[in-house]
Amino acid sequence: MTQHLRPALVLLLLFTALTGLAYPYAVTGLAALLFPNQANGSLVIRDNTIVGSSLIGQNFASDRYFQPRPSATSTPDPADSSKTVDAPYNAANSSGSNLGPTSKTLIERVSAAAQAKRAEGWQAPLPADALTTSASGLDPDMSPKNALAQVERVARARGVAPQKLRALVETQISRPWLGFIGEPRVNVLALNLALDALH
Amino acid sequence: MTINGWLQIALVIGLVLIAARPLGLYMAAVFDGRRTLASVALGPVERGFYWLAGVSPEKEQGWLAYTGAMLMFSALGFASLYAILRLQAWLPLNPQGFEGVPPDLAFNTAISFLTNTNWQAYGGETTMSHFSQMAGLAVHNFLSAATGIALALAVTRAFSRGAAATLGNFWVDLTRATLYVLLPLSLLVALAFVATGAPQTFAGAVDAATLEGAKQTIALGPVASQEAIKQLGTNGGGFFNANAAHPFENPNAFANILQIWSMLTVSAALLVMFGKAVGAERQGWALLGAVGVILLSGVALVYAAETAGNPLLAALGLDPAQGNLEGKELRFGQALTALYVAVTTGLSCGAVNAMHDSLTPLGGFVPLFLIQLGEVLPGGVGSGLYGLVVFAVLAVFIAGLMVGRTPEFLGKKIEAREIKLAMLAVLILPLAILGFSAVAAVLPSALASLANAGPHGLSEILYTYTSAAGNNGSAFAGLNANTPWWNVTTAISMILGRFGYVIPVMAMAGSLAAKKKAAPSAGTFPTDGPLFVGLLVGVIFIVGGLQFFPALALGPIVEHVLMLAGKTF
Amino acid sequence: MSAKFKTRRTLLFDPALLIEAAADSVRKLNPKTLMRNPVIFVTEVVAALVTLLWLRDYFSATGSPFFSGQIAAWLWFTVLFATFAEAIAEGRGKAQAAALRASRSDTMAKRLIDPQGRDHLDGVIENVNALSLNPGDVVLVEAGDIIPSDGEIVEGVASVNESAITGESAAVIREAGGDRSAVTGGTTVLSDWIKVRVTAQPGETFVDRMIALVEGAERQKTPNELALSVLLAGLTLIFLIAVVTLYGLAAYSGAVPSVVVLVALLVTLIPTTIGGLLSAIGIAGMNRLVRFNVLATSGRAVEAAGDVDTLLLDKTGTITFGNRMASEFVALPGVDSRRLAEAALLASLADETPEGRSIVALAKGDFGLAEPEVFDARAIPFAAQTRLSGLDLSTKSLRKGAVDSVLKFAGLSSEQAPPEFRAAVDRISRSGGTPLAVVETRNVQAHAVGADAVAFTESELLGLIHLKDVVKPGIKARFAALRAMGIKTVMITGDNPLTAAAIATEAGVDDFLAEATPEDKLNFIRKEQTGGRLVAMCGDGTNDAPALAQADVGVAMQSGTQAAREAGNMVDLDSDPTKLIEVVEIGKQLLMTRGALTTFSIANDVAKYFAILPALFVAAYPELGALNVMHLASPQSAILSAVIFNAIIIIALIPLALKGVSYRAVGAASLLRRNLLVYGLGGLAAPFVGIKLIDVAVTALNLA
Repeated sequence: MTQHLRPALVLLLLFTALTGLAYPYAVTGLAALLFPNQANGSLVIRDNTIVGSSLIGQNFASDRYFQPRPSATSTPDPADSSKTVDAPYNAANSSGSNLGPTSKTLIERVSAAAQAKRAEGWQAPLPADALTTSASGLDPDMSPKNALAQVERVARARGVAPQKLRALVETQISRPWLGFIGEPRVNVLALNLALDALH
Repeated sequence: MTINGWLQIALVIGLVLIAARPLGLYMAAVFDGRRTLASVALGPVERGFYWLAGVSPEKEQGWLAYTGAMLMFSALGFASLYAILRLQAWLPLNPQGFEGVPPDLAFNTAISFLTNTNWQAYGGETTMSHFSQMAGLAVHNFLSAATGIALALAVTRAFSRGAAATLGNFWVDLTRATLYVLLPLSLLVALAFVATGAPQTFAGAVDAATLEGAKQTIALGPVASQEAIKQLGTNGGGFFNANAAHPFENPNAFANILQIWSMLTVSAALLVMFGKAVGAERQGWALLGAVGVILLSGVALVYAAETAGNPLLAALGLDPAQGNLEGKELRFGQALTALYVAVTTGLSCGAVNAMHDSLTPLGGFVPLFLIQLGEVLPGGVGSGLYGLVVFAVLAVFIAGLMVGRTPEFLGKKIEAREIKLAMLAVLILPLAILGFSAVAAVLPSALASLANAGPHGLSEILYTYTSAAGNNGSAFAGLNANTPWWNVTTAISMILGRFGYVIPVMAMAGSLAAKKKAAPSAGTFPTDGPLFVGLLVGVIFIVGGLQFFPALALGPIVEHVLMLAGKTF
Repeated sequence: MSAKFKTRRTLLFDPALLIEAAADSVRKLNPKTLMRNPVIFVTEVVAALVTLLWLRDYFSATGSPFFSGQIAAWLWFTVLFATFAEAIAEGRGKAQAAALRASRSDTMAKRLIDPQGRDHLDGVIENVNALSLNPGDVVLVEAGDIIPSDGEIVEGVASVNESAITGESAAVIREAGGDRSAVTGGTTVLSDWIKVRVTAQPGETFVDRMIALVEGAERQKTPNELALSVLLAGLTLIFLIAVVTLYGLAAYSGAVPSVVVLVALLVTLIPTTIGGLLSAIGIAGMNRLVRFNVLATSGRAVEAAGDVDTLLLDKTGTITFGNRMASEFVALPGVDSRRLAEAALLASLADETPEGRSIVALAKGDFGLAEPEVFDARAIPFAAQTRLSGLDLSTKSLRKGAVDSVLKFAGLSSEQAPPEFRAAVDRISRSGGTPLAVVETRNVQAHAVGADAVAFTESELLGLIHLKDVVKPGIKARFAALRAMGIKTVMITGDNPLTAAAIATEAGVDDFLAEATPEDKLNFIRKEQTGGRLVAMCGDGTNDAPALAQADVGVAMQSGTQAAREAGNMVDLDSDPTKLIEVVEIGKQLLMTRGALTTFSIANDVAKYFAILPALFVAAYPELGALNVMHLASPQSAILSAVIFNAIIIIALIPLALKGVSYRAVGAASLLRRNLLVYGLGGLAAPFVGIKLIDVAVTALNLA
């Protein structure tokens, strides 16, 4: 075994330098040169402030905005660091709910949310994405159905004509490339930015 | 299921098949030591490495020395990674100021990356400094994958050579795999990821002021560079906790296709290379065919189960047309999510673009079962197609007798010694998976980690040990694996699954290499036709999978019938 | 299939054999001997365990003793059926062994105290028991004596009846020196006497080895059998892990099945079918060889026979009949072919060799010549030295014989022969035939009178007789079959390359070795082996011994020398070189049977899961009843049916294990397709049907 010691040690060091440092620095350099916007997180800037990333969902609780999918992300409890508290769209700690299909917790959560939606006037079938948490808790998108279902509420809150909002939603739907690559979806942040821009 | 969905799946498979052959032939040339276009730039680097390391590239090793070199390299890799993780607070590139990783977690993580499992008992963005991610974890993404390729080469040479005492030189294979294959590919794929939107920066995080006026801290980092090798090396250890479901790791459908392509292509190319090296390209394609049959069956089952959705949720009024969306990202769609689920588990990658814990019972059954089959589809880059070869050897042995000859695979007679070693390897997975699961299932301190009750809880236990022993790394992530019990037992499973498997396989390779290569004739068992493909699939299922069915019956299978019956836990 | 083979064949299930085998199968339950078979050993252990549980149930009146009692019984049956399979396979060999043993018992030997003594009647012999003979002893065997041990004749010649080992009652000649000097203990001298130097250790004679072999007493596992045992042991271990760990997993679910049920699951999953039949298959394979009158010194050789890639066959006796026959008269220009035929006929009258007789027959047949009345003639019989035969008449002499001998007789050098003659010689040789020349010499001297009379002879070459090697009918088809199996046939002959090539083409062999010396054979075998091919050959002479030893499968002729018999790993008691082909087929059939039953056994597991798994947990999860696709009546009947099926499938497959799967000489690809269909898919489907039927019966009989 001792004859293996030198090659093992030397190659480990060389490869750590090559793949652990040279490689990421090279990619970072090239990325900054070729795709600076993406490399820095596809940040969205309005009035010189970073309002988010076009790839990362953010929480909208107000009726004045289109609301994204529920998020299962959490943050350490300020009172007890061994526990966590819900913190939707915490982009520093991505996470899904990890609830299984026969989980009582899941069924109760969805049931309560569905009731709330119905109370809001939504008709069955309810857009499934509006009631299920995403895998990362940071899903930036919602389904067109989900967006359209929220038009009435947002229109009421903002006092604009629902048709106008419906048309706005239509413009924000990104469709599959070549008709089959990808899914039809609406970027929530982009939609809400466009909504704010209406005024 | 939709036509569009299947078209997307077909597109990805097509892209893989197009790239596999040229890459496979290129790899065959590289590992033969022939000059390629890349030699101009990389040749001097390669020779420099050998000179510094004191390696004589022409000096070959027998199976014992080859395995010894691999073990020594792994041991040192473990030591250095463990040290980096423990000491990260004092090391550079720690903009978030993370503490050192606790001992049990550092042990688990070091074993995990060393064994190409990339099981993550931690959340990346809340635990690891950039230095740990790059110089610690990403390095092993390269090296464990290169080790897997090296092992694949050793196994290949066992068949391509006749009456040979040596299987190649581990240091040479390792160096070439990294320099000529993984590094250039990673560079290209990383830039492609950046183009689709993956960040690549040394900034730790940015704070955004949301439209509603809240503060959103967005974790950033050198994501794309790690993403590339994580997929190409079928490692699966993501930068973020949500892995490839995180929009930064996997920003859109194109990135998602690139992710799946990266997982599959090098593995498929390895099979092409195998065929080329043993002198029958058809052989490589036949193995690929067997892999394809199992993988696509898995894809179809996940796709069907997930689009059928969860009747418990449909009963609450959710649109059944959208399928099961809990734990999934909208931008990938059900089809590419299903493909991802099957590929990442079939290939021992372990990256996830959906939360497997929230899949429907049958949707979760598929990844569980695919990992349990062993690293056969085709074992991924990190585990060197040996799982597939072991099963090919067993298939030839069981059915090959039916042509009235002592079974032989690619001209090598399969005898008691090979069978003994192959069975030893096959034994490891049930032992580690079922053994640890049976203990954890009755151990209160272990059960405290479960996130779900009922059969799904048992599935979480099974999945955890399956993923560890299968060196996969994906998870039913609801289970809190960051406790001493889970950290230690999963680490042991990973060691068993890697080294407990590799050592017998390498001994088998040594024994096969030493055999004379029998000349093929019309009486030789044909191993490159559809018949063999069917046979291999059957043997993989029956010998590799059947023993898990009693356990699976108590997990996903019973959960499925209970879900249909409307039961919750 | 020879007639002898038919008579030797025992009925597949002779009642007497069955009874003895049944008794043996109980004796074989001894765990010590059963340990050799891990699958069945595990079955026996759990059978004992379930028996204890049944006793507990029975006496404590807990659980359901009726159910556990039945499971225990069927588990014991599973073990018994497996030992029965082995016992019955051995039993068939034992009958043969008994006959052999009879030939050996109570043999007394006349040992020469002074082997150098000239006269054996001097009384310098002592009577000793055959078993006390050691190698080097010389014994005298006289008419009516049984040869006491294997040996080499050092003096004398005798006719020997070897029927005790060959089953062939015709006497054979054995003599000192040459290729017929070996004798076998147990055979009987019919006439004359011989002195034999013993070559075998006591208890290790040919007959002893044969008895041990057919009885399977010292049966070692063959390499492939060993590998298969490892696989089966591995599978057993895997399923053991699966079942034991089920304890913990089921405890989580609150669904722990009873031990009896877990045992049932284990036994149905481990490969009991092939495990139970494995040794029977091996023994039956050896027995098949023995029935073909071929004796293998090891099971390894039988397996190797299945792997053979290249078959070296002697031309004479294997590919062609032993002798050549006249097929054509080739008259020279200006010679009437009838005249040639007449001359050939006359010249051959005194030739009693088969060739000579065939010339007479051809002349009579083709030209309708009658047997001529010859007066005043002197017959010159064929002699090996002159290689001529002929007839001297008053006016002329006729000779026929080898071309150079005839030319020499005619006083011609080969250049002086007419070009047409030389061309014809060439043509016949090229076509693989042997040319014989016919010459007529008018002896003028006979008429000369007076002292100064000039004596001269006038020779006229009449033409040639074309002697042909006659290839055995049907041999070409057999070689084609071998080729389809992927086996290359190589003809070995002492003929020149031209002749060899022609016969090779006619017989359809793939290659030939002409003018072959023993070294050539050895080198050829080595060359083939270096190329990764396995070689089989047969031979009889001492100079074949190195090649026989080098070949992977060497079949020595029983009639051959002791050296050849020692060198080969099989002995053909009939001394029939064509047997090699059968030997290969038997080897293949043995391996195929093993593979087919392994595949069948392993494929069975799928259906057994569907039977047992729902039954296992249906108490805790009634919803799992959905998986009961066979609609078995109750969990208990499902488990019982699977266990019963598992046991009786062993009995059901015994005939197949003993007879072997049907073999056809086709390529590996189509063999595999067929066998995979029958035993692979059959193995998947059969238990679904079988378990369902048993379940119906079990339910009807109220057994569960």
